[in-house]
Amino acid sequence: MSSTSSTGEQPASSTPGGFIAFAWALVGIPLVYGLYNTVKAASALFTG
Amino acid sequence: MAVPSFLARERIIAKPGFNRWLIPPAALAVHLSIGQAYATSVYKVALVEHFDASLTAIGIIFSLAIVMLGVSAALFGTWVDKNGPRAAMATAAVFWSAGFLVGSLGIFTNQLWLVYLGYGVLGGIGLGIGYISPVSTLIKWFPDRPGLATGMAIMGFGGGAMVASPLSRQLMNWYDEDYTGAAGEVASGNSVALLFLTLGLIYLVFMLFGALIVRVPAADWRPHGFDPATVKQKALVTTENVSASNAIKTPQFWLLWTVLFCNVTAGIGILEQAAPMIQDFFREGGTSAVAAAAAAGFVGLLSLFNMAGRFVWSSTSDYIGRKPIYMVYLGVGIVLYIGLATIGASTVWLFVALAAVIISFYGGGFATVPAYLRDLFGTYQVGAIHGRLLTAWAAAGIAGPLIINGILDAQGEPGNLVASDYRPALFIMVGILGVGFVANLLIKPVSEKYFEPKNTDIPTAAAEPERSTIR
Repeated sequence: MSSTSSTGEQPASSTPGGFIAFAWALVGIPLVYGLYNTVKAASALFTG
Repeated sequence: MAVPSFLARERIIAKPGFNRWLIPPAALAVHLSIGQAYATSVYKVALVEHFDASLTAIGIIFSLAIVMLGVSAALFGTWVDKNGPRAAMATAAVFWSAGFLVGSLGIFTNQLWLVYLGYGVLGGIGLGIGYISPVSTLIKWFPDRPGLATGMAIMGFGGGAMVASPLSRQLMNWYDEDYTGAAGEVASGNSVALLFLTLGLIYLVFMLFGALIVRVPAADWRPHGFDPATVKQKALVTTENVSASNAIKTPQFWLLWTVLFCNVTAGIGILEQAAPMIQDFFREGGTSAVAAAAAAGFVGLLSLFNMAGRFVWSSTSDYIGRKPIYMVYLGVGIVLYIGLATIGASTVWLFVALAAVIISFYGGGFATVPAYLRDLFGTYQVGAIHGRLLTAWAAAGIAGPLIINGILDAQGEPGNLVASDYRPALFIMVGILGVGFVANLLIKPVSEKYFEPKNTDIPTAAAEPERSTIR
C-alpha cells in the first residue's frame, strides 16, 4: 500500500495512517450521503 | 505564467515513504466538488421564475460552463502539466468558487449576465482545470493500475452531482421555509443566491484541502514490486513520451477523439431524455404505465450506474487492456441499443437493465480514456493531451441532444410519444457507436518519430526539455 524508492527498499511510511483515514472520511462521507439519497430516489422506480 | 512558490511542483515532491493512497482522496476532493455541474436541474426552474426568463436562457448557464470546460481543459492542459497538481487544483478552486460567488451576486442583483459570467465562464474555467488537474498525477502514482486510479477520480465527478442534488435541496429548504423540495415546488431566487454563496465557500475549502495534501512522486519513484518492463510487454503500451503538441498530430489522437465522441454522444442520447423516455416507452392510449415518481427513480438509477461504470470498467481495463474494453463499450453497446430499439418496450425491467448497462459504458468511457492516453503517449504531458481530447466531450454534448431532440421533435409532441418514435434516434446511435468501434479498431501504437528524447518524464517550470524532431 505504501510507496517505495526506486532502489527497492521499503522505507517506513511517513504518512500517518490516521491522516489517510481522515482524508478518505472527508470525501467518503459526502459520497455515502449522496449514494444514500440517490438509492432512496431510485427505489421509487420499483415502488412508485 | 509562473505560480507562487508554495504552489510549485518542486515544493510537493513526495518524500520517501509517502503513502500514495493519500492521492485519490485529494483527487476526489476536486472531482466531487466540480461534479456539481450535473446537479443544476435542482434550481433551474427557480432561476427561470426569478429572472422571468425562458428555460433556454437559463440553460445557457450550464451550456456555457460545459463549453468553457472543454476550452479551458484544452488551453490550460500544458500549464497544468508544467506547474503540477497543487497549482492546478488551487486555481480550479478559486475559479469554481468565484463562479458561484459572482453567480450569487447576479441572482441577488437580478442580473442574469453576471450568472453567465460567474457560473458559466469563471466556473467553467474551474471545471476544465479541475477535471484534468489530478489525472496525470494519479497515473504517475499508480503506473501499475492507472485505470483504477483515474476511475476513482472520475467516479467522483459522477458522484458530485449525487451529493450536490440533495444538499442543494436541503440548503434551499433552510433558506426558504416554504420550499420543501417536493416535486412541483419552486424555491425563491433569494434562496438560490444564498445556496450559490454557501456552495462557493464549501467547495473552496474542500478543493483547497485536496490541493494541500496532493504530492507528486519523485522522478525515480515506483511502487514496490512494480517493473515497468511488464507494462511495455502489453500491446499498444509505450514507455516512451509524446508531447501534447505532437500528440494532436498523430492519427491515434484523432481516432481516440472519435471513440470518445461516439461513446459520449450515444450515452447522452439516453441521459438527456431519461425520464420522459421511460414513460414514453410504456405509453398506451395516451397514458404511461410508468408514474412520474418512478421515472425520477429511473434517472437516479442511471446516475448510480454512470458512477459505478466509471470505477468498475476503468479498473477492469487494467486487466483486459484499453482497446478491448472500448470494444466492449462500443460493440456490446451496439447490441444493447438494438435491444432497446426492438425489444426494449416489452417489459420495464428489461428496458431499465439495457439502459443501465449502456450508461455504465458511458461512464466507463470517460474514466478509461486517461489510461488509454497514457498507454499511447506516455506520462509526460498526459494531462495536457487529456485536456485537448475533452473537446470531444463538448462536441458530443452538442451533437447528442441535437440528434435525439431533432428526431423526437419530428415524431410528435412531448407527452404523446411512444416507443416506436424513438427507433430512428436509437438506430442513429447504433451507427454512431459503429463508427466509434471501427475507430478504436484502427488504433495502433504511435510512431516513434513523435517520441520525446529521454529524461522528459517530469516536466518542470524551469526546464524546457529538448524537443523531438517533430514540430
